Amino acid sequence: MLLSIKNLHASINGKEILKGIDLDVNHGEVHAIMGPNGTGKSTLASVIAGREVFDVTAGEVIYKNRNLLKLSVEERAREGIFLGFQYPVEIPGVSITNFMRTAVNEVRKFKGLDALSGGAFLKLMDEKKKLVELTSNLANRSVNEGFSGGEKKKNEIFQMAMLEPMLAILDETDSGLDIDALRVVANGVNKLRTKENAFVVITHYQRLLDYIVPDFVHVLFEGRIVKSGNRELALELEEKGYDWIRKEQEG
Amino acid sequence: MQSAVRNKLSKELLTGLYGQYRNAITFNDFPALKAARDNAIRSFEENGFPTTRLEAWKNTDLKESFSKEYKVVVNPEPGLDVQKVFLCNIPHLDTAIMGQLNGWYVSKDVPLMKLGNGIIMGSLAEAMKQYPELVEAHLGKYTAPGSDAFTSLNTAFSQDGVFIYVPDEVKSPKPVQIINVIHSDDSLFLQSRNLIVMGKNSRLSLVHCDDSYNQQPSFSNVVTEIRMGEAAFMDHYKLQNLNNSSTLVSSSFFEMEACARLESHYISLNGGLLRNNIRLRFNGPHAIANIYGLYLMDRKQHIDNQVFIDHASPDCVSSELFKGILDEHASGVFNGHVLVQRNAQRTNAYQSNRNILLTDTAKVNSKPFLEIYNDDVKCSHGSTTGQLDQDAMYYLRQRGIGEDSARMLLMYAYADEVISKIAIDPLKYRIEDMIKKRLQGELQICEACVLHCNTPENPVEFVIDMSKI
Repeated sequence: MLLSIKNLHASINGKEILKGIDLDVNHGEVHAIMGPNGTGKSTLASVIAGREVFDVTAGEVIYKNRNLLKLSVEERAREGIFLGFQYPVEIPGVSITNFMRTAVNEVRKFKGLDALSGGAFLKLMDEKKKLVELTSNLANRSVNEGFSGGEKKKNEIFQMAMLEPMLAILDETDSGLDIDALRVVANGVNKLRTKENAFVVITHYQRLLDYIVPDFVHVLFEGRIVKSGNRELALELEEKGYDWIRKEQEG
Repeated sequence: MQSAVRNKLSKELLTGLYGQYRNAITFNDFPALKAARDNAIRSFEENGFPTTRLEAWKNTDLKESFSKEYKVVVNPEPGLDVQKVFLCNIPHLDTAIMGQLNGWYVSKDVPLMKLGNGIIMGSLAEAMKQYPELVEAHLGKYTAPGSDAFTSLNTAFSQDGVFIYVPDEVKSPKPVQIINVIHSDDSLFLQSRNLIVMGKNSRLSLVHCDDSYNQQPSFSNVVTEIRMGEAAFMDHYKLQNLNNSSTLVSSSFFEMEACARLESHYISLNGGLLRNNIRLRFNGPHAIANIYGLYLMDRKQHIDNQVFIDHASPDCVSSELFKGILDEHASGVFNGHVLVQRNAQRTNAYQSNRNILLTDTAKVNSKPFLEIYNDDVKCSHGSTTGQLDQDAMYYLRQRGIGEDSARMLLMYAYADEVISKIAIDPLKYRIEDMIKKRLQGELQICEACVLHCNTPENPVEFVIDMSKI
């Protein structure tokens, strides 16, 4: 088991958002988490990533047989957890090259590897740029500064390719993308899939799941996973809408 | 009869010393200068040193600086052997390096040189002997009338400094660097004077460094007058890296004729108390001045930038961007004052001061101020003070970057907006490197200086590495 979440409760400023999440993710699996706005999808992603503004009030998260909740944000990242941000942050003055070089080398240092030389790093960057079809010359620009929505999301996938995470959580990576950008993002994910790593894809729409085929689909509603199934569940949701879930829950 | 003994600085001490040493100080003077010095000392006697009761000094308290004792430098130290103290390992005549030691111009052989293209550079005292008309036409002409106490005091006492003259139509082929080093076993109060005169359509890149060599306390009161002729272009850099016991009051007066253009950069990396008085006057239309500042202060360091821009002519553009990072107990002041006079139609003036405070104990007083007597202007001013962007911190850390490295990256990025304006690439790389070291707390006080010293125990022997400039 790669990730095991049991009865996870989390709140922000005293307001409970997650009300008992249970989720198991194995190596090589792709999980989709769907659900209406404001039900805790992004909170779940942030709590796994370790954002300090959320308080975990109950439950446990075991990752690679360790208590994940004890690790800092950067320790989790170095252990292989990657979060594709819904709203990637603009950082003027920090070039993507410098950013990625620092990140890659800090992760390597953590693993006991030597830092990559300038040449080796640039080679790696070129390789990954091709892999995720990052054609424009984004690498010399400041991180996300002045990027279009699509460029920002492609840049997230590029960073994922550079860091080769064990568990990637993509938080609404498809939102605001046109169909071409969506395809590029999905292709990136598919190329990076292995038997070892796992993906948790958070999305509103089943559209993305035409490209990234999930092994499991979960519906998150009011802080709990209320329904789990296979790919068919996503299609059913698309057809019946979230009202179906709402009615079921109320009923 | 040389310099006096170590003492606390006071109005009485200085006016007394002026009386005592007047003959020695004015020995080299043209008559008008002698009169100007007498007026200046009278003006200083009336006002005395500034206190925090004055608006311009409200947030900069000199008490700590004045609590120390200094030797007032009136004459060069006896037996100051330039050859021994300041060995420059460079072929002399075509280099563009000018050295100052404790305020005095130092050179390997000739104190003043005239280059093939007509540029004159060297000691101001020597220029007063060799080119009296040229110096007289400009010296003291650009310091504001009724100047502040420090400028008056400088006018009364200063005898040497750097002189540069760039004739009409001449473009200086390489950057000129003034290296002002303070090095003495004693605590000095020193006052030097620089005069830079640029002719019509001339061009000059000037890198002006203030460095201290050891940890001795010092108090420098430096005045620089810069006159830019019509359509002259100057790329100006002021780099400050002084020890924590040093006080520097540096006043620069810019006078710009029509269509002149100034790109000025004030980069302050270290210093006990740094005060930059920047006063600029547009004396003709269509001139442009961009002034950038970057200061990185920690411990109990204090930085004060006072910028006054006098839009006395129409169609001029001034823009100020000052950014600072203050850590620990450091404090900062920014006072920007733009005056748009009645006749200065179509003025564009922008002021911006931004600060990052890394601790609760660091503080800043920022006051951008516009004074406008004309309704056909575009002006803006702004000031922000805050912390590092927490969203950006989280984003960087989520990629595996540790908290310290993430903070460094963000601080560096913040500084980059000013660093990126540096037009001389080798200088830019050098400053980038220095700023990285400074942010990591690894910058030594001598490091900013291009003079690479031998071990401090050895007799001082400076070697200038031209490749670093």
